[in-house]
Amino acid sequence: MADKIIYMDNAATTPVRPEALAAMLPYFTEKFGNPSSIYRISAENKNAITTAREKIAETIHTTAENIYFTAGGSESDNWAIKAAAEAYAEKGKHIITSKIEHHAVLHTCEYLEKHGFEVTYLDVDENGLVDLKQLEASIRPDTILISVMFANNEIGTVEPIAEIGAIAKNHGVLFHTDAVQAYTKENIDVEAMHIDMLSASGHKIGGPKGIGFLYIRKGVKIRSLIHGGAQERRRRAGTENVTGIIGMAKAAELAVSEQKEITEKEKKIRDHLIARIEKEIPYARLNGDREKRLANNVNFSFRFIEGESMLIMLDGKGICASSGSACTSGSLDPSHVLLAIGLPHEIAHGSLRLTVSDQTTLEEADFVVDSLKEIVEKLRSMSPLYEDFIKNNK
Amino acid sequence: MYSEKVMDHFQNPRNVGEIEEASGVGTVGNAKCGDIMRMYLDIDDHQVIRDCKFKTFGCGAAVATSSMATELVKGKTVNEALKITNQAVMEALDGLPPVKVHCSLLAEEAIHAALWDYAEKNGIKIEGLAKPKSDIGEEEEEEEY
Repeated sequence: MADKIIYMDNAATTPVRPEALAAMLPYFTEKFGNPSSIYRISAENKNAITTAREKIAETIHTTAENIYFTAGGSESDNWAIKAAAEAYAEKGKHIITSKIEHHAVLHTCEYLEKHGFEVTYLDVDENGLVDLKQLEASIRPDTILISVMFANNEIGTVEPIAEIGAIAKNHGVLFHTDAVQAYTKENIDVEAMHIDMLSASGHKIGGPKGIGFLYIRKGVKIRSLIHGGAQERRRRAGTENVTGIIGMAKAAELAVSEQKEITEKEKKIRDHLIARIEKEIPYARLNGDREKRLANNVNFSFRFIEGESMLIMLDGKGICASSGSACTSGSLDPSHVLLAIGLPHEIAHGSLRLTVSDQTTLEEADFVVDSLKEIVEKLRSMSPLYEDFIKNNK
Repeated sequence: MYSEKVMDHFQNPRNVGEIEEASGVGTVGNAKCGDIMRMYLDIDDHQVIRDCKFKTFGCGAAVATSSMATELVKGKTVNEALKITNQAVMEALDGLPPVKVHCSLLAEEAIHAALWDYAEKNGIKIEGLAKPKSDIGEEEEEEEY
């Protein structure tokens, strides 16, 4: 079975859907024209981009003029936060975000702190949810931006976005959300949820890598990211990534139209994994909210063992997963998300994230749990922490 | 990212386990950083290490360096074992990625800590051996789930 790959890291990236690939292919060769040129093959490409932009806009209930194509989620996050900070600096220099954001948001905020901005990092509860009262109490007259992620990439917790949007609107503060993990998985309505800016990425949803978008509500002042051309309403110049745009739009269109079935399939596998792990592996803790949770996310901490060891052993069985252990990040600290939900360091080191897709089968899920049981037992038999625990509890 | 030797020692670690009534036991590292090594030594009357076992909480490199360290000290005298450096452990494993060098330091410290315990138990002084740092953090409360 080790020859077969069981891919359970769909929050890291996904394979390109065959329909998306098929839609992209002509744009590499015969339809290669620069969309800004005047002749027919270029005009066709310009139209294709317009159609793609409209399709993307529909998926979040907005209009095409508010969609700006970027190179991906990290770029969208950087652009939204830096450019809004710059554009609204006269109003104030205070930004509110959460402690469990992706580094594309956190490191951007840290960068702004070095340039005269003040940032409030909201706590989260043990399930990773932000506290709306703390959020509202943190708003000051000089607050210009709230940035809270739609759903967390590690523990899958889905934040109360509509409520945050309402608070932001009431106080006249811009609201940005990093929806890289939630896009096409959760229902997103930027109008109903009062979202002013939203980041998303192509390769998490069955589209290609190197493409994403930023939704910017009409009327929001935001500085251009790249100067030098009329593309993206002059805000992000440069010849469009035509194949990427076509592929992402196709993948997004399909994912949204199939959302109900995909979600049902994923939840079934997710809940099966959670139920079996909780029943069959002792000293395991589910991280993230049980209910307000992405359909494809499973995240456990296994006490007394370390995440990287688990990943290497899973890889030996053909299973791709990820961990919040320090050893997988290149630093000595485990994941900031797991620390923010209050896990002690040594338990955060033993975390494992499995993110399934609608293609994942129950047989694969069972194989993963069976393998995991064996691996956890083996690593615990080698662990001095487990040895001490057993001796102390005799 | 790991050499074949590291992978071999990680997947088939040598000398995992405990020694009952060991001559010396040393535990080093810190759960906070994600690495704890415990080394058990069985030393005969001629100060020769007859047996060595380990238990490790940590990444692939931590397990592999522990395993290699036990292989290196077995059959050595106490004084020879004291001279085993982290460099020697790394070389024996055909190298480690730069971010994992601290794991090999831990292996060296684990040997020293076990030797220190042996020396203390037997009331002897081993030339060139310093008291190991103990930062395992056992005072930390265990949380129940």
